[in-house]
Amino acid sequence: MKINVNGKPQELKSGSLSDTLAELGYGDAKIATAVNAEFIPAALRDTYALTEGDELEILAPMQGG
Amino acid sequence: MKQFYGVTLKTPLMLGTAQYPSPAILADAFKTSCASVATVSLRRESGRDKSGQGFWSIIRNLDVHILPNTAGCYTVKEAVTTAHMAREIFDTKWIKLEVIGHTDTLQPNVFGLVEAAKILTQDGFEVFPYTTEDLVVADKLLDAGCQVLMPWGAPIGSGQGLNNLQGLRSLRAHFPDIPLVVDAGIGLPSHAAHAMELGYDAVLLNTAVAKAGNPVEMAHAMALAVEAGQAAAIADPMEPRDMAAPSTPVIGKAFLT
Repeated sequence: MKINVNGKPQELKSGSLSDTLAELGYGDAKIATAVNAEFIPAALRDTYALTEGDELEILAPMQGG
Repeated sequence: MKQFYGVTLKTPLMLGTAQYPSPAILADAFKTSCASVATVSLRRESGRDKSGQGFWSIIRNLDVHILPNTAGCYTVKEAVTTAHMAREIFDTKWIKLEVIGHTDTLQPNVFGLVEAAKILTQDGFEVFPYTTEDLVVADKLLDAGCQVLMPWGAPIGSGQGLNNLQGLRSLRAHFPDIPLVVDAGIGLPSHAAHAMELGYDAVLLNTAVAKAGNPVEMAHAMALAVEAGQAAAIADPMEPRDMAAPSTPVIGKAFLT
């Protein structure tokens, strides 16, 4: 299944958002996710199924003013 | 000192975390600044680098309140979605709401700002809106549920200081009970002191410290400046006058001519 992760196309196994994050190596990192510009809370990641062509955004704490 | 959504800050300095030469200098600058709030952001994270995780461990140890921002958002939807993501990551209801309206000035899109503030307040956020000194917009933000206002001093990162003194004074006079923060444009400690002398409740700055030749020393200077400005405001400064008035008593002066 091909999805865009932070703007870059990637070939990934199909499954839940949690499975995808594990496959991408995020482990227990402090991140927040959005799919197709909609926020997906951490509590929904286990049941949220990604589909072909989805735009996945994975954000983490960063410097800011 | 006024409360920010029920929180009394130890000092009236809010400091940004961007553009420091190194993480160690950032941490040292925070220590010497005595800042009570750190602004942070959210950006894309790679599963391989995980650069945000190291940053977060530094911030967590600063013993300051965390104020996530929506910097770089140009639409209401972007800002609202970013705020939700920030709330989950940083576990805080506080959000420094930025809806940018122009790429050159980075000035707020006040129409989008009011709309986003309304949505976020209804969603349980405690919104710190980055706004202009416009009184009408300020009223609308308060109507939208904001309990803090953060007018700009000058464009973000410009270091120009307080460009519209009259506007900032007017805002202070019209909203004596609302916590007001000058956010953006501070370049020197004198600018920060001036904002506090006007009766503002805090200043928020980043570039002035991070881009100084010696950020740690400048952070210390800012700490002194906000303390001096706050003390001056409490001390009720004298009114300026056009003509000189002798401070040394005239009565009793000897006739020596």
